[in-house]
Formats: sequence, structure tokens, C-alpha cells
Amino acid sequence: MIAELGHFALVLAMMVAIAQSIVPMIGAYQNNIPWMRFGNHSAMGQFLLVAISFGCLMHAYVTSDFSVLNVVQNSHSAKPMLYKISGVWGNHEGSMLLWVLILAIFGAAVAAFGQYLPPALKARALSVQAMIAVGFYLFIILTSNPFERVFPPAVDGQDLNPLLQDPGLAIHPPMLYLGYVGFSMAFSFAIAALIEGRVDAAWARWVRPWTLAAWGFLTGGIALGSWWAYYELGWGGFWFWDPVENASFMPWLIGTALLHSCIVVEKRDTMKAWTVFLAILAFSFSLLGTFLVRSGVLTSVHAFATDPERGVFILILLLIVVGGSLALYAWRAPQLRSTGLFQPISREGALLLNNLLMGTAAGVVLLGTLYPLFIDAISDGQDKISVGPPFFNAVFIPLMTPMIVAMAIGPLLPWKRGDLGKALKTLWLSFALAILCGLATWTLQSGQSPWGIVGVAIASWLIIGTLTEVAGRIRLFKIPVGDSVRRFINLPRASWGMTLAHLGLAMTVAGVTGAGAWTVERVQSMAPGDTVQVSGYDFRFDGAEQKQGPNYLATEGKFTVTKNGNFVTVLYPEKRTYTVRQMATTEAGIHTLISGDLYGVIGDSKSDGSYVTRIYFNPLVVWMWIGAISMMIGSGLSLSDRRYRVGAPTRTSSSTQQPQAAE
Amino acid sequence: MKRLIFILPLLGFLLIGGYLAVGLTLDPQRLPSLIEGKPVPEFDLPPLAGRDDVGFSSDDLKSEVSMVNVFGSWCVACRVEHPFLMKIKKNDWVPIYGIDWRETDREAGPAWLRRFGDPYTLVGDDPKSKAAIAFGVTGAPETFIVDKAGIVRYKFVGPITEQSWDETLKPLIDQLRQGSGG
Repeated sequence: MIAELGHFALVLAMMVAIAQSIVPMIGAYQNNIPWMRFGNHSAMGQFLLVAISFGCLMHAYVTSDFSVLNVVQNSHSAKPMLYKISGVWGNHEGSMLLWVLILAIFGAAVAAFGQYLPPALKARALSVQAMIAVGFYLFIILTSNPFERVFPPAVDGQDLNPLLQDPGLAIHPPMLYLGYVGFSMAFSFAIAALIEGRVDAAWARWVRPWTLAAWGFLTGGIALGSWWAYYELGWGGFWFWDPVENASFMPWLIGTALLHSCIVVEKRDTMKAWTVFLAILAFSFSLLGTFLVRSGVLTSVHAFATDPERGVFILILLLIVVGGSLALYAWRAPQLRSTGLFQPISREGALLLNNLLMGTAAGVVLLGTLYPLFIDAISDGQDKISVGPPFFNAVFIPLMTPMIVAMAIGPLLPWKRGDLGKALKTLWLSFALAILCGLATWTLQSGQSPWGIVGVAIASWLIIGTLTEVAGRIRLFKIPVGDSVRRFINLPRASWGMTLAHLGLAMTVAGVTGAGAWTVERVQSMAPGDTVQVSGYDFRFDGAEQKQGPNYLATEGKFTVTKNGNFVTVLYPEKRTYTVRQMATTEAGIHTLISGDLYGVIGDSKSDGSYVTRIYFNPLVVWMWIGAISMMIGSGLSLSDRRYRVGAPTRTSSSTQQPQAAE
Repeated sequence: MKRLIFILPLLGFLLIGGYLAVGLTLDPQRLPSLIEGKPVPEFDLPPLAGRDDVGFSSDDLKSEVSMVNVFGSWCVACRVEHPFLMKIKKNDWVPIYGIDWRETDREAGPAWLRRFGDPYTLVGDDPKSKAAIAFGVTGAPETFIVDKAGIVRYKFVGPITEQSWDETLKPLIDQLRQGSGG
């Protein structure tokens, strides 16, 4: 009964979405206020209906209703409650329902918080949002119904894929989807602007918060996924350039570019057509990601169950949404006029450079991801190849290095026309310290990897450069320290946001560099009592014992780690066998230090009572996670800046009180 | 001329869309296999515990068209595939040779075959992945079609189903049988 209610609510939501995609759009053409307002009510209604539908599916999972096929395939009565709940989106059908739920949440948020939006723009944006929704409702109802019943009901379920039974992965998909789907809002505003033929500072000010929110969630989602891969897959790695990872990384790159180009539109009234293009692109990449994961055109470690019928449907959807919007763009974008003049050496010039490098990076990732497919299509399936990390590293590092160098300089340049010499002079300290850190690295690592040196140098350059910018803002040592502190506290939140996000990226670069260039790995077979030394730490294997989890059996190993005879920590890596699916998973034992992670994995036992073990020292990894958190906090702070809260994007800007407005 | 710049994204996308459409029509289970077209690698596996045969070596594959199936008692997908292998055996469509891969317990493989039936002409025990690595096995089940001359002609990933047998494997086997040795 509850499952049918969920199904019914979903169909109703689709009906509402169909109405919402038509009525406000016509209202905007005829300047008919009630028809435009219909969009507000329908967006709320849609949200309620999808929330009911989602709640029904969740109810089926929580109560282990094994008459619902989806629950049978992905749950089990002995599964811990957390994973019963996360099981709702741990499968194709449920994750699509989460997708439309988030789409509806964003629509409702625009309806609720967009009271200052120009009514016609709002009506059109909500209408476009509803058109996307209709496509996805149809997809769910026609090809991926999560409420399908089985008769007779199953006695028990087949359990969720054990790899997904993990607290990190329980919240990874919702975060990622909040990011993906968040870009739909920027997309809807972009299409609405193209229809109206007008993009101005107010428009940019409306698009930016949605993009910021989406970007922050996406950053979190990607970081969580990467963290999960790090401790759960037990390979010591965190990023594999897998198609699914790339699918989330491309929208992130384009989203980063969009975030920055919106500032240019807002402040300088230029780069309009480009910004609209980025908004379309960011969401297109999100859709492409959805397509790649679910259609089975590319094989991947963690693809969903693939089904060509669904693939065809998503491809058609992709063609309509992306093809349609790009056609509209080709038709309307030439009419978007920019008024601002453009000097290459200026804040906007630096932001444009960011855009170009981010765009190129996304293009490269796209090429690397789809290349196997191109070869496949040309050679008629004869030689499937895959493009591996060497390709991505070879093209990515040269692209990111100039970007990070420019990232320290850009915020120091004024709008309109800057003085590069003056900016560089301010950065003497960063330059000196970057060289110093690079040299120190070179001495310490005795010349193994040139990239390690470059990575450390640019990370320290960016950290000091960003701090220099803050010091300049608060006029540190130029006015009394007390005044500086007051300025520091009163800095606009958007400026805090930028600082934290840029510092976050620098820390992430440091972490990636450390783990990429200097990871030490030892694989050996150890009997209880054996000791192995890795990077100056002694790992003593104290044996392993069997443990019984709620729905798995585990072999838990114990490593006592000492350094020069002093106790450091005890690691408890596990090897679990999930009883229902007979699948084994690895839980690495990790102890995090500022300098790096001590990482132990226990493998198969041998007949003589010893175990195959892998011990890693992964330098600086923790900085990746701290960096990602810092970027997320940065986007949150920027989002809470008063110029967004004060809402009305009017000319009487409140920035007079804050002469050093954000970014 | 300036308009052209704004049309370019659309053209670029249509190109990508075309490739995606072609990609959809291809079978994602066809993974790269370096072994296709090459002779069967040299290997000599011992028999399973309790089975009184002679083990399984590369020389066994050089007389007729045959199928080499990699399985393990730990592998759930192999259970799914197993009834169809029994059907092939019963109808004597093609001889199936087995590689019992990565058993941690020497008794587990034989027990599995006793319980569900034994479709294999010969089975080799491969706990240390000696033959599996030589074949380039990425997971179980995986099946290789070998021609009369002992050359690997096809690698099939995942469980064999009625459909994949009718559409892919059987036509290939028929074709190899008609050919003069490959």
C-alpha cells in the first residue's frame, strides 16, 4: 500500500511538473502575473509530492518490506539501520529518486527564497527546471520504477553491495547529487536569460549563490568518494581517474570556472555569453556523468547495473537538454552585449585565465574519459583500450601549475587595469618561501621526482600568497595592529570564503603531491611477532582474530606501531566477508599524523599461520581532506555574505560600508 | 562569421552524442584482451583433490574447438552461470575445461562440483593464479574459446547466459569448427 502511494505521488509530481513547465513560461510571455506565480506553488507542490514518494521508499527499506523488488535486491533484514537508509540511494532506481528529490528541493528553494527575483526571470527559470524534471520523472516511471512489487514476497533480501556499506559512502551520493543537480539551477537561469536575451549584474548575482552551493556540495561529495576509496579499497590510493570519478570531476572544473566568471559579469558587465555557456556546460557535464555511469558505455569499477534501454533513454534526454540548450545558445547568445572594456592585466584578466585553464582541464578529462569510446566506435569494437593515470598526470600537472601560480597573483590585481610588477613585488615573500620549500624538498628527497618539488613549491607559494593578500587587506604592519585586527574581523564573508577556498586548494595540492610522489609501500607475509620497518616506523604484527559483525565475518589484524622504540599507535585492519553476497571487502587500519598516514592492510592467511600484509606510509594525505573541508567552509561563508542575504540586487549597493568588497 | 563561434559548441556536442550512440550499441562486456589470436599459454595444473584424473595442461587444448572456463567456489556469478554449463555438457555442444581459481581450501572446489554437478572434461586446480595470470583473467567467471590449433579466439567476461550463448559463443564455435584449423 505504502509503495503504491509512493508510486502514485511520483506520477502526480510528474503531472505537476508538466504544468509547471508550460504555465509560467506562457505567463512570462504574456506578462500574466498569476500564471507566473503558478510556478511558485507548483514548485512547492512538486517538492512535497517527491518528498512523499521518497519517504515511501525509505519506509519500505526501514521496515524491510520484501515485497518490493528494489528492497529485495538491495537490502537485508540483518543490515544495520544506517545502511538500510543509505540503501535507498545505493542502487540505480533509488538514486534516481534522490536525484529528482534534490531537483525539487532546489526548485522549491528558488520559489521560497527568490522573492526579489524579477518575476519573469523566475517564472522562466522555474519552468525550465520543471522541463528537466519531467524528463527524469519519465525516466524513472518508464524504465526504473523503484516501487515494483514481487509476488510472492521474498523471505529475505540480497543485501546491499558490501563495498557500499560504509558511513562515508552513505552520505557520498546525496552530497554529489546536491552538487550535480545544483548546477541545474544555474542552467535554468542561463536558459531563462537566453530566452529573455538579457544578462546583467543582477542575473549574475542570482546565479552565483546557486553555483556556490552546488560547488561546495560537489567538492564535499568528491572528497568523500575519494576518502572512501582510500580507506575501503585498500590500495593506498585515493584517485584512479576512473570514468565515474571523472564524471564528477568535470562538472567541478567547469563549476569552478563558472563561479569565477559570474564575478566578472557582476562587477564588470562583460564575459556574458561565456558565462551563460559555462552554466549550460556545467549541467551538461552533470548529465553526461549520469549517462556514463548508468548506460554501460564505459566499464568502471563502480558502475551501476547497466542496461542499454536506460542508456538509450538518457542519451535521448541528453540530446534534447544539451542539444536544445546549445542550439538556443547558438541562436541567442550573439545578442548578449557586453559593455565593459577588457584589459589582460587586471582582475578580470586573471579570472579569464582561470576560466581558460579550468575549461581546458575539463576538456582534457573529457577526452581522456571518452577516448576509449571513440576508438571503440571507429574500430567497431575490435580494440577496447583504457586511458590511464599516466595520461591524466602528464596533461594535468602542466595545466594546474600555471593556474596555481596565477591564483596567488589574481586577487592582488585591481579591476579594470592592474600593475603586474606591483603585484609581483608584494609577493616577494611567497616567492622566496616557495623556492626555499622547493629546495628543502629537493635536499630531503634526494632527487627522486621533479613533480614532488614543483608540487611543494607551488603549494607553499599559494598559501603564502593568499595570506599576503589578507595581510594587504587588513593593512598589517601599516596601521596599528589593533586596527588591523578590527579590519580582520570585519572582512566581508565573501572575502573569507575566497581565502579559505584558495588555502584549501593549496593544502589539497600539498596532500596530492605528498601521496603521489613519496608513498612508501611494503608487501610481505608476516607471522605473529614479525616486524617490518616503513619510513622509520616499526610495524609489529600481533596476529589476527576472527570477529563476527552484524552481517559479516571479519579477520581483524593487529599492528603495533613504534618509532625508535616509542609507542605510536595500534592499527586494526580488517578483512570482511559479507555472508549474504559472499563478497570480501578490505577495511584499512589508518592512523593519521600531520606528516602522513600510517596505513595497514591485512590480506589472505597462509597455511603456516602467517598473513599477507601491506603497509604504506602515505605522506601528507590528511591535508587533502583538510583542504577539501576548507574549500567547503569557504563556499559556505561566501554564500552567507550579506550581499546575497540582503537579496535585492539593486544599484544602491551596501558595499559603501565595505570599501574592499569581496573578491 | 562571429556567429560561427556560438554554433561550435552545438556541433561539438553533436559529435560526442554520435559517438555515445555508437558506444551504446557495443557490448560493454567486451574488455580488451591481449590474448585473443595468440596460442594458449603454457601451463600444467594439478587435478582437484579427490578427482582421479590427470589435471589440466595446455596440451589438452590442441585437438578440437573447446572452451576454458575460469570459476571458483567463492564466486557468486559462477553459481548463476553453472546450470547453463551443465546444459552445454548434457547436450554435448562443446567440451568445457575448468580452471578452479583461487580456492583457499583445497576441498571447496571438489565439494562445489559434487553438490551442483560437474560440467568439465578436465579441471585444474589453480589456487596461486598461475594459469589465470597467463590467460589475463580479470575476474570470475571468465571463458575463453580455443580453436583446433590451440589458439585463443575469444574472451568472454561474466556469466554465460542462454542469450550470449546463442548470439555470440555458439556462432563463433560453429564457425571455428568449419574452418580448417583456425
